[in-house]
Amino acid sequence: MVILIGAILFGGLVIIQSTIISAMPLLNGTADLILLTIVAWALQDRVESAWQWCLIGGVFASLYTALPFGVLIAGYVIATGIARLLKRRVWKVPFLAMLAAIFIGTLIVHMLSLIARLIAGTNIPLIPSFNLIILPSLLLNILLAIPIFSLVRDLAGWLYPEELEV
Amino acid sequence: MKSNSPRTLQIIIFLLIALGIIALALGGYLTPLSRIVINPIITAQTWLAKRYQAIQSLITQPADVTSLRQRNTELEAENARMQVQIIELQQQVTEAQVLSTLVDYERRHVENQYIAAAVIARDVSPFMHYVIIDRGSDDGIRRGMPVITQQGLVGQIAAVTAGAARVQLINDPASNINVALQQSGVEAVIIGQVTGEIGLEMIPQNASVQAGDLVVTSGLGGDYPANIVIGQVNTVRSQAYALFQSASVQPSVDFSQLGIVLIITNFQPVDISPLVPAAGTP
Repeated sequence: MVILIGAILFGGLVIIQSTIISAMPLLNGTADLILLTIVAWALQDRVESAWQWCLIGGVFASLYTALPFGVLIAGYVIATGIARLLKRRVWKVPFLAMLAAIFIGTLIVHMLSLIARLIAGTNIPLIPSFNLIILPSLLLNILLAIPIFSLVRDLAGWLYPEELEV
Repeated sequence: MKSNSPRTLQIIIFLLIALGIIALALGGYLTPLSRIVINPIITAQTWLAKRYQAIQSLITQPADVTSLRQRNTELEAENARMQVQIIELQQQVTEAQVLSTLVDYERRHVENQYIAAAVIARDVSPFMHYVIIDRGSDDGIRRGMPVITQQGLVGQIAAVTAGAARVQLINDPASNINVALQQSGVEAVIIGQVTGEIGLEMIPQNASVQAGDLVVTSGLGGDYPANIVIGQVNTVRSQAYALFQSASVQPSVDFSQLGIVLIITNFQPVDISPLVPAAGTP
């Protein structure tokens, strides 16, 4: 059930990402709704399907990019791992964990994308890439982190209701 | 007879007075007097009429408010429908204008065969300048086919599925296109940049390049047909110690506003990679 909802959710998210979000860049950077959702989901209590959602999101995103298949999946898996790690360490302040995870996750996903392009033989200057793509994307992701976290927390509360002791 | 004469005289006097008053009134001599008399009456009339209307509306209001609200809701719904219709019609007009321009382009370039396609998505990674179109191998689209608009070159089909295809834009950093300057015939290479701009590289040092020169595909390399417009030279950078000059180019296509594109279906790119000597080969 949770996997099915994840597939439907990421199917919708990747359509929004590729049609709307990608057409609204800040300089050359764009927000990453899929990364935000994956990380927010991984930070929720009682959620056990973080890795499955990470893979679903990664597969959907890979269908909509010309990057080598697996680059985004690898980036999202690392971001999920960091989020799970932060959840254990900073469990009392989930919003702070979200911001930290998104900061690190965005850097990792973009660095992997950059490395993949460099390995493929494309000449990409590092400093303009950092200034015009990575930093604006980071800013947009951090701006969207808290609203997305709140929405995902509501979704998690609906899918994993708190057990009441009688 | 005696008793009638004073009455007749009175009537005549009254008539004369009445006629006199009428004459004075018609002459406008009674206006100040009539104002003094009429103004308080009008004030009283107005006061009474307002109170009456207020009481009348108080009695009849509930029915009116209900019917007005109902009518208002109906009008609001109709207004919303009309707004949606206007937006749809505006979209159709815009689409028709674009298609009309594309048809014009197609008629002017009869040597090529075209398929029109809509841009339905952009690459989710900001490092990649690719778009996805709604035509695929089922429509005869093949990898390597050039993609254009009426303004100029957009890119090349990079990957194809049955119902969609991925187009590598000419501003992608991995895109290299052999071009020529239309005025001087100087040949160079257009290279995409990570910022989404395009740059003209490998211009010979002795070549004369001016801002405003038109850049078109040269057809060399077999990747694109010749003479497709790419853009205009913006600024030229020339350094004495460098082997080549370079220039920034203003693309003729606005890549952020891509809606409908044409794919040239009768052009097959030539694979010249077997002819390129490998590194280290004598």
